[in-house]
Amino acid sequence: MDTAFSTEDKKFQEEVRDFIKSSYPQELRDSINSKRKLGQELSRDDLTAWHKILGKHNGWSAPSWPKQYGGAELTPTQKYIFEQECAKAECQYIMPFGINMVGPVIYTFGNEKQKEQHLPGILNGETFWCQGYSEPGSGSDLASLKTSAVKEGDHYIVNGQKTWTTMAQYADWIFCLVRTNPDAEKPQQGISFLLIDMKTPGITVRPIKLMDGSHEVNETWFDNVKVPVENLIGQENMGWTYAKFLLAHERSGIAGVARSKKAIERIKQIASSEMSYGEPLIQDPAFKAKIAAAELELSALEFTELRTLAKDSAGKGPGPESSLLKIKGTDIQQSVTELAMEAVGYYANPHLGTTLSNEYVGPEYATNLSGTYFNFRKASIYGGSNEIQRNIIAKMVLGL
Amino acid sequence: MNFDFTEEQTLLDNMVTSFVRDNYDWDTRCNIVKSEEGWKEENWKQFAELGLLGVPFEEQYGGLGGKPTDLMIVMEQFGKGLVVEPYLPSVILAGGLISKLGTETQKNEIIPEIISGHRRYVFAYAEPQSRFDLFDIKTSATQKNENYIINGFKSVVFGASSATHLIIAARTSDDQRSKSGITLFLVDVKSDGITLQNYPTIDEYRASEVVIENLNVSSENILGTVNDAYDTIEEVVDISTIAACSEAVGILQVLKDSTTEYCKNRKQFGQPISKNQVIQHRLVDMMIEYEQAKSILYMAITADHSNSEERQKATSAAKARIGKAIKSLGESSIQLHGGMGVVDEYNVSHYFKRATMIGVLFGNVDYHMKRYTDLTQSNIDTFDKDSSISLS
Repeated sequence: MDTAFSTEDKKFQEEVRDFIKSSYPQELRDSINSKRKLGQELSRDDLTAWHKILGKHNGWSAPSWPKQYGGAELTPTQKYIFEQECAKAECQYIMPFGINMVGPVIYTFGNEKQKEQHLPGILNGETFWCQGYSEPGSGSDLASLKTSAVKEGDHYIVNGQKTWTTMAQYADWIFCLVRTNPDAEKPQQGISFLLIDMKTPGITVRPIKLMDGSHEVNETWFDNVKVPVENLIGQENMGWTYAKFLLAHERSGIAGVARSKKAIERIKQIASSEMSYGEPLIQDPAFKAKIAAAELELSALEFTELRTLAKDSAGKGPGPESSLLKIKGTDIQQSVTELAMEAVGYYANPHLGTTLSNEYVGPEYATNLSGTYFNFRKASIYGGSNEIQRNIIAKMVLGL
Repeated sequence: MNFDFTEEQTLLDNMVTSFVRDNYDWDTRCNIVKSEEGWKEENWKQFAELGLLGVPFEEQYGGLGGKPTDLMIVMEQFGKGLVVEPYLPSVILAGGLISKLGTETQKNEIIPEIISGHRRYVFAYAEPQSRFDLFDIKTSATQKNENYIINGFKSVVFGASSATHLIIAARTSDDQRSKSGITLFLVDVKSDGITLQNYPTIDEYRASEVVIENLNVSSENILGTVNDAYDTIEEVVDISTIAACSEAVGILQVLKDSTTEYCKNRKQFGQPISKNQVIQHRLVDMMIEYEQAKSILYMAITADHSNSEERQKATSAAKARIGKAIKSLGESSIQLHGGMGVVDEYNVSHYFKRATMIGVLFGNVDYHMKRYTDLTQSNIDTFDKDSSISLS
């Protein structure tokens, strides 16, 4: 057992550090910081600028992708280092829909033409993707989805409604699960995986406001949308297989260990600035104990992730263990966002960035911490709710 | 970065695993713990033959020069078998003190005797008032010519009834709760002035209260420097704490696996109880607790032990987190076994009791949480107002 980095890994760490230092734009940092402080939405440019820069450097926008598709094909240890360094430097995270989700599906199951058409735009961050999975009646029971695709000549005609489509307001393309065979024996057997251009006539996107007032997710309506048959991934009615493959990829990065670590560091700084019982809050034994509990959980999760990575490098892809990372990772994110809100006392109250108030009140570090807490209730629900993740472990790991 | 065992470690793992399998089936263990001695000398001889008693000692004294990972391997397997022979208190804890503090003469004399199984030292440190503070010592040693006269009382000394020698921590100067002024003495357990009151523990190990009255010890039998033992005690207790955590992780694995099996086999309402989602999710939570416990043990094993602050932080993080896992996973094991969980006859209760007592050993969750926060939450910079918080 050895967790020390090899000489090459240390060199790689230096390289990543130096690259972030020299290439992460200060204007981007300023733009994102000032919007966050005022609770304003990030623009498409805010979300993709760093992605575009990484895309021009050794395929670093796609750390896991094979080199033949332009990815960096990093080793598990290098991926871990890369994530750590990006989190430490508070780089804007890369939207997962292209890089982590549809990209691997396309290079694994897509044909040559699809790879040529889509992979470069995903890699360089020019094409913005969103995900069309959930429907109003199909959340955890995803396979019950109803959005239909009926073949007419060389097109599918798509009708139905997707929901929780994150960042659909910026998206150029959506990858969708659609029902191509309503009479299949099992609901999973009638599903296909389609790539749809968001500019196609008949698509309507309507915002859904979350409880912190943010606009991240949308409803996406399909009204007789004509999709060329060449946009079908793999085989018709085999979409469920690709969807499951994608979900395993989605979960692998979801632990967010490095970012939670950074957040705890920040909370300690906040708690050193905030006063309680006439002393810095960080001295309050009750608060201290809560921080320590989060740190221990995170420290354990970090090693759980490292153990999973070590298994990955032995050639096994992400398996049902990723459900564990999702459950614990989101648990910790939620504890951390709660602690941050708790740390600022009364200044959890102000809701800035609305049309009613655009000026700061209270300490800058307190801005929108309660919003983040409320927003992050989503974490244990999205990506397969934590209850569904437990079902997966029960079945796949414990054999129940 | 890897979490693999070396070839030697795999051999060690296989060896201890087969020892437990061949010599420690449930009935055999029940007979051992019910016996007058509460352990089996024959097993100790076998440990010696297998080289297990030499694992942590340096090669020049006949040991194997084992690393923390090697001790983890031994203790994890001992945990799985609930092995009651006093390996942790005598080989790891007392042996560790002798390795760190002994003079060449002492080490050349004592360590080969430990490795061959002829001597067992145990460390008498706790006192009724000390709780988990290793420095809180009333037992006094007063110099008289070339000798010291020791008077005092030691609590819950594990393995003392089977020991040949004791290492006694006594105060040679300073106040009861001072970290300086503590000295260690090596004494024959049969010396005049030592009275043991032996008893079984709730988890079927053996411990003793030790009354020390006018015990006369030659200054040749001081271990280490006078007044200066505390830092080494803390270090060796940390290493022993990680070993105890390893034992706990072995036990937790048995509890998790046997509870899962039990739920698959136990039928109620015409089907296995594991078909109920409420049971499934509880079993999954047990599995997650186990993985987190194992992970934080690996963190502690691979931490930089040469840096005392890193070692202390890692030890307390692991002991506190594993202590929580012991409670939640252990209590779930009992609950999911239903009535079978609370009876003496079935082994799950024995695993739970041992794990719970490991939770107390060398400091409980609260003690280690406090030690951890004291180490990690002092000297934090106040907020840098130019950067904003990012939590997503």
